[in-house]
Amino acid sequence: MSGTLLEVDDLRVDFPTRTGLIQAVRGVSFALGRERLGIVGESGSGKSQTGRAIMGLTPPQARISARKLAFDGIDLLGISPRQRRALRGNRIAMILQDPKYSLDPVMSIGRQIVETLRTHEKVSKAEARERALAMLEAVQIRDPKRVFDLHPHEVSGGMGQRAMIAMMLIAGPEMMIADEPTSALDVTVQLDVLGILDKLVSDRGMGLIFISHDLRLVSSFCDRVIVMYAGKVVEQLKASELGQAQHPYTRGLLNCMPRIGFERHPLPVLDRKPEWAA
Amino acid sequence: MTAAIAIDGLEVIFDRFRALKGVSLEVRTGESFGLVGESGSGKSTLLRAIAGLAPVASGSITVNGKALGARRDKAFYREVQMVFQDPYGSLHPRQTVDRLLQEPLAIHGFADGEKRIERALDEVGLGNGFRFRYAHQLSGGQRQRVAIARALILEPSILLLDEPTSALDASVQAEVLNLLEEVRRRRKLTFLMVSHDLAIITHMCERLMVMQSGEAVENLTAAQLVAHRVTEDYTRNLLRASEGFVRTA
Repeated sequence: MSGTLLEVDDLRVDFPTRTGLIQAVRGVSFALGRERLGIVGESGSGKSQTGRAIMGLTPPQARISARKLAFDGIDLLGISPRQRRALRGNRIAMILQDPKYSLDPVMSIGRQIVETLRTHEKVSKAEARERALAMLEAVQIRDPKRVFDLHPHEVSGGMGQRAMIAMMLIAGPEMMIADEPTSALDVTVQLDVLGILDKLVSDRGMGLIFISHDLRLVSSFCDRVIVMYAGKVVEQLKASELGQAQHPYTRGLLNCMPRIGFERHPLPVLDRKPEWAA
Repeated sequence: MTAAIAIDGLEVIFDRFRALKGVSLEVRTGESFGLVGESGSGKSTLLRAIAGLAPVASGSITVNGKALGARRDKAFYREVQMVFQDPYGSLHPRQTVDRLLQEPLAIHGFADGEKRIERALDEVGLGNGFRFRYAHQLSGGQRQRVAIARALILEPSILLLDEPTSALDASVQAEVLNLLEEVRRRRKLTFLMVSHDLAIITHMCERLMVMQSGEAVENLTAAQLVAHRVTEDYTRNLLRASEGFVRTA
């Protein structure tokens, strides 16, 4: 770990609605180095909104505030939208959950990757194509030349997600936010995609924020885990020390999944306490 | 012991695509049987073929000793009900829970609707307070409970479950799985359950069938799977995948 890449201090995301203020994220603080950090929580815990706020993809009606939200020393809330846009996709990239919805359906996969590259770097068309093909090969797509010309609906979910990773990595970002990158995929494909992601992240020394609802998966993949509940961080711990989790919510999340070879009928369920959200 | 569901050489063809290639299967009465496989393996199609929602090209389906024809009659739906994967898509958005539960009762001409609705909601742990809400006022877990209540209200003997918890959070999934186990025990139901998650299937089912690209790969008992006594490589791969990510290097 060499230095801090991202600093988040007291991040808040509020949505004003007709029925009052919804506080999606309520004072989240953490720092990210060149490591793999997992953010875990249920739907509505604010994990995705945390990722989106860092990326600058929060819907316009929302209000973001933070004592500090800095990437590599740049104050993300202080810079202009234009400067923010230059960072996005170039130095910070994001992988979304479902390639079916997050790739452009009317553009070939190759063109989408080339577009990303040429937005951020001055390269010739031929060179961009070469680099896109190399990138597709890096995400273990067997026949990159064929896939380059395919449209998103012509590829499987796993292939689409690899193409997405290729697109996100082509500009060589220093930090990547992956929001449920494998939840829409089959279990076997999930592992392939995670393996590719893992290799590329460690080879390039990137910082990774891995957002997921699957605590077990996150702990097997990340170095550190943040557990969120109702917009707050309830526990931060090393992935290797997950067994010694203190917070009843973390332990509940760990216990409620059925596991092969551990018969428990009925499954333990979360007994939510109002003070967790306090 | 008679079979609740017996399927022999079932073929389902969509246009020219063979989704099921001669699958045979027997589910005993009172048993919980699992179907596992990746997307595209035909596990959901098999379930939908039983419910009459997929074009059967050849083969036979027998439910509780009665062979099924091309059309399903009312009596069939009193015996067999289905719970779908997506709780957001399977409830009518403009009907209250009360209206949703009345529909099957009206179709089958039940007179004591009032009592049945109360009992069904009670049984899935929702209570009467939810009766006049709309689907969008419910969480994913609550919606799935309504879908289960709708399936149970006709008192079927067989439930077809198509990934009933894959759209839910892990903690909510545990609640719904517990609920399903409880109603099965109480009503002595037969389950045929589809999932891509081996852990869920071994938790819920006594026997299971592994499927790949429209064909049965292997028939196992849950105990065999837990002990890793599997013969096919494909099953072994699924097992390995369900154990989570392992860093190589």
